[in-house]
This record gives sequence, C-alpha cells and structure tokens, in this order.
Amino acid sequence: MIPPRRIETTLRARRDAGHKLLVPYVTGGLGPDWARVVEAVAAAGADAVEIGIPFSDPVMDGPVIQAASQQALASGATPGSILAELAQVDVDVPLVVMTYYNIVFRAGHRRFARSLVEQGVSGAIVPDLPLVELDGWGRAADDAGVETVLLVAPNTPDATLAEICARSHGWVYGVAVMGVTGVRASLASSAAVLGRRLKAATDKPVLLGVGVSTPEQAVEATADADGVIVGSALVRRLLEGCGPDGAAEFVASLRTGLDQR
Amino acid sequence: MTSLMGQPTADGRFGDFGGRFLPESLIPACAELEAAFTAAWADPGFHAEYESLLHHYGGRPTPVTECRNLSARLGVRVLLKREDLAHTGSHKINNVIGQALLAQRMGKTRLIAETGAGQHGVATATAAALLGFECRIYMGEVDTARQALNVFRMELLGAEVVPVASGSRTLKDAINETLREWVATVGATHYCLGSVMGPHPYPWMVREFQRIVGTEAQAQCRELLGGADPDVVVACVGGGSNAAGTFAGFVDTGARLVGVEPAGGAAIGRGIPGVVHGSKSYLLQDEHGQVMEAHSLSAGLDYPGVGPEHAHLSATGRVSYHPAGDEEVLDAFSLLARTEGIIPALEPAHALAWVIRAAGTDELPPGCTVMVTLSGRGDKDVAQVAALFEERGGSRKDPLLSPRG
Ligand SMILES: Cc1ncc(COP(=O)(O)O)c(C=O)c1O
Repeated sequence: MIPPRRIETTLRARRDAGHKLLVPYVTGGLGPDWARVVEAVAAAGADAVEIGIPFSDPVMDGPVIQAASQQALASGATPGSILAELAQVDVDVPLVVMTYYNIVFRAGHRRFARSLVEQGVSGAIVPDLPLVELDGWGRAADDAGVETVLLVAPNTPDATLAEICARSHGWVYGVAVMGVTGVRASLASSAAVLGRRLKAATDKPVLLGVGVSTPEQAVEATADADGVIVGSALVRRLLEGCGPDGAAEFVASLRTGLDQR
Repeated sequence: MTSLMGQPTADGRFGDFGGRFLPESLIPACAELEAAFTAAWADPGFHAEYESLLHHYGGRPTPVTECRNLSARLGVRVLLKREDLAHTGSHKINNVIGQALLAQRMGKTRLIAETGAGQHGVATATAAALLGFECRIYMGEVDTARQALNVFRMELLGAEVVPVASGSRTLKDAINETLREWVATVGATHYCLGSVMGPHPYPWMVREFQRIVGTEAQAQCRELLGGADPDVVVACVGGGSNAAGTFAGFVDTGARLVGVEPAGGAAIGRGIPGVVHGSKSYLLQDEHGQVMEAHSLSAGLDYPGVGPEHAHLSATGRVSYHPAGDEEVLDAFSLLARTEGIIPALEPAHALAWVIRAAGTDELPPGCTVMVTLSGRGDKDVAQVAALFEERGGSRKDPLLSPRG
C-alpha cells in the first residue's frame, strides 16, 4: 500500500532538507530492459521517476520522445503491460506515470486510477488535460489517492497559475519553455521567470522540465526552482543504446551537478 | 428551444462532445481566439468584409446545378451545390478567408496549417498571399506524394511546405506537427485549422465560416424547387466542415441530412468516443486508446476522427452517417464526369457514391429530390485516379451496369 500523498511528502522533506530535486523520465516499454533503467536511475540519485506510457499521437513531445514512443508501441507495449512491469520494479522512490488523456479516458477514469494504485504508482501527469478539463479524471484520481501533477506554462495567466498550484498534487510542473519536449542547447530565459512566479505562488515543490538537458542547465534551473525533470536528454541516450548503466551514469552526473551547486 | 447547430456551451461542448483538451501552453491562445471570433462574428463590419472578399475574390455565391442526365439515370432529382467553382477549387476557401481576416484583426503575422489533400493548404497559402501573411503548411509524407501538384501550388503561392514523417504520415500527423509548432510560436502565429475539429472554438468557428454554403444552398434550392426544400441533403465527412456548413443551412428544415464517411475512416460508423487533437468525439482507436490509421484513397478524408458536432448530430439522430468504399467512389467519380461534364474531387465523390447506391431504395425513393454538396473539383485527383484505373485494368465500365452490392 502506498502512503497517501507520497510524492509530495517525499519531495517536500528532501527539499526542506536543502536538497535539489531530480526526476528523470523514462519511456515505458522502450527496449527489453526499460524496467531495469527505472531501477538504475532511481539508485543513481532520482527523487522520483517519471515513466511515459506511450501514446500514438504525443502532441507535447518532440522528435526524441516521439521516436521512443513509436519504438515502444511497435514492440507491443501497452498501458497494461507497462503497469504490470512497474509493479515488479524494486525502487524506494515514488513513481509517476506520464501519458495522454485518451489512454486514461479509454481505460476509464476510475479503472485507470485504481490500476495505478494497484501497481504501486503514486501519481500521474496528463499533459493534454489542462485545468479546464481536469474534472472527471481529477476527481477519480483524488478518490483513489493518485497524485495528479499539473503543468503550468510560461504564458499561463496569474489567476490560472494560482489555481493550478492549488489543484496540483505531488509537485507543480513548470514547463520551462514555450515548446514541446526536446534537447536544447541552452536553458530558455522563460525558465527562470516561471520558476520565480511559481515559487512566489506556492509552497508545494516546484520542478521545471522540458528543455532541461545537462547538469549545467539543471543547476541553472534550480536557482529559481526546487528541482528539475530531465526527459529527452536521457531518452536520447537510451535510444542510442546506453542501457541501464549508461542511464545511471547520466543521472548520477545530474545528481552530482545539483549537489555541488 | 436551443436549435441544433447553434452556439456550443461555454466549455465548448456539443452535447457530450468537444472541449479543449490541449497542453496548458495553448489554452490562452484558444481563449484569445474565442474572444476575438465572438467579437468579430457579432460585428457587421467583419461580416461585410468577409462576405465582400468571398464575393469579389472567392467567386461566391456558387451555383446550385440541377443534374438532368444523372437524375434521369438514377430516377431521383439530383442537385449539386457547386463548391468546386469557388476560388482554389473547394469549400476550404470560405473558412480560410474568415480565419485570415480574424488573424489580421488579432495582429498575427503568420499562418500555419495542416493539410491532407492539399486543398486546405492551398487555400491557406492563397489567403496568406492575398493578405500578406507568412505561411507554413504541414503535410504528411504520404500525402505530399499523392498530391504532389498541390505541394507545388502552395510553394508557388509563397508558402513553405513541411513534409511530416512521423506516425502514419497523413493528415492526423500533420495536425500533431502543426500543434507542436503552435506551442512554440503561438505569440505571432495563428493556427488556421482546416475543419470543424480541434479545440474550442475551432469546431464552432469553422462551421460558422462554412455556414455560407448551407445558407446559400437552402435559398437556391427553394428557388429551384418552388419554395420547397430538398428531401435529402448529403455531404462527405472528413473532419466535417463542408458537411457542417451545409447542414447548418438545412438543420431547421424538414430535409433528411446524410453524412458520408470513407469506409476506411468511418469515425462515426466504427469509432467510439475518444480524445485527440483537442476535442472529444468519435475516434478510430484500439482497445488501449491508441489512435488507429484511417485508410482511404482520398487524402482529404484519411482521418481517424471527426468533428465533435458531428458526433453530437449523430447521437441526436438528426443526421445519419453512412460509409462509402473506394471502388464505388471511383465509379461515382467517373459517372459524374461522363453524365454531367463535372469532375468531382474524390472527397465529394463519396457523397455521390452513397446517392448512387441509395437511389431507388427506401433511403432515396424514386422521384425524391437530393442535394449533394460538391465540396471540390477533381483536378488535384486526376493523376491519382489515372494510376488507379491503370492498376485496375483500363478505364471503368459503366457503373450502373455493374451489379449492385
Ligand atoms: C474537396 C474536399 N472536400 C472535403 C474535404 C474534407 O474536409 P471536410 O470534411 O472538413 O469538409 C476536403 C479536405 O481536404 C476536400 O479537399
């Protein structure tokens, strides 16, 4: 059984202890050893791990995660097979799935929420479900004890930003750049501005993601936020065949960067 | 009583369908667009500008043509609403002129759009050239191949055409790619969406910009029919914009309304409720919620979803939706060319195929009057159809002499 509000409790405690938070993203079903990758990045210093349940039409994702999603789907990954494998992974940090709304809608809100809880997943991120459409899933997730992490964009108006902060569970996800996921050469200037706006609006952990690709960028982003989510930079290495060891090495380098800041 | 095909609810719903299922980054742009459209559509000055451009530049009103030869052969009276005669060769120009004028009012400098058959892309590139926008069109690689001529047209008009290599490399992936770009460029860029789909307010706004098809047709039919309405009104349905515009003019009459989907992309006929590209509607998807690929010889109908208002019109029973298969579509394409001297686009050939199949049955009893929206002309399709005829061994035999399925 997962304790209630496990993600938020864990992340708050670590943040309050002066630690910068690191959440790597791994595409579920990518290669035969993806579950080992989840374990490896958890052991290498992740504070939580985000697992993508691939969708055929990922509009919030750039070429790297699109390719990973297509590869995972082509090899037969399904939401059910990914959740079943997640139930077996041996980690001591919370797990969050990231998927698109049609996967949740097709399964049924309550059924999807229940299956997350049953397979040991604490939270969910559904990037194409904005605050205005959150209701049905939001209620089902709350009732089941699943923490739904909401996203805020650089152009989100203040009033909406405040509402999202109030309604988000686990952490508040600041989308660092106006754009889709992908590796970028430098951190967008919108990252710092959004980080500051979010920190001023909420006491919940604030993490920035999308376009955070290197230890240097992670350090830069955490000047104005509690932590970072790193996706495409890790998935690109996985697509290149880095395996669990290479993934661990990369996450360890991010961890070291954040700890030495 | 709120009439069907009026305004959607504040949260963009037509019954259970519609909405705004998009990343948070695009929500402000949708809200801005909704406000701008609501204000413009209530402004007589905007209507005047839109109607004047469609008249002087777009060639409206398009006529309704009575098909005497085809009617004689089918035993039902067939009228065609001639969107093939509109500038750029299809109904797509109506929507594009509306959105481009709106984008101008909003101070945008750039238009981006998806396209399937290329007709919407050509129309968008045309409006961009006329009104001075930068323009980029996303088109699946499968479609850039089968509609190569339209790619050249768009480039000639000054647009940049970006081939999309992801997913099924057709219309659905072109929409994904346009949405991805829009997230990054939303400030100065208007997404000129080509059909009655996507997030609120697009399904409503695009239908309103296409309503002119139905409004004209309804008056023209009354004139031709001595004040009566057609018994049946038929249009093809990809995303559903020519059908929505047509039906909007007849929904309050006694006419039966029929939408015709491609058999290989029948979202209403064979899909179940789902969410993709910003709205909830019927969707071809697998048991896990992965969107399936549509298969149609018509690039403009090769789409696994359908506009949310059509899902609602189907659920209420006001419109019935039927499939048409590739073979009967080719037959209909040839038959209209030979009997009336009109080469239709493959998309509205679906609507004609249903009329040919239904003529003389309870669906279209002998002597009844049917109006079909001929949403576009077939110039873009002749190379593809020539290749298909070749594949099938020479030209078509007389479709009326071939056994009925
Ligand atoms: C001539 C023509 N008709 C119909 C369509 C389908 O679109 P809609 O269903 O929005 O009318 C297209 C799309 O490309 C088209 O070119």
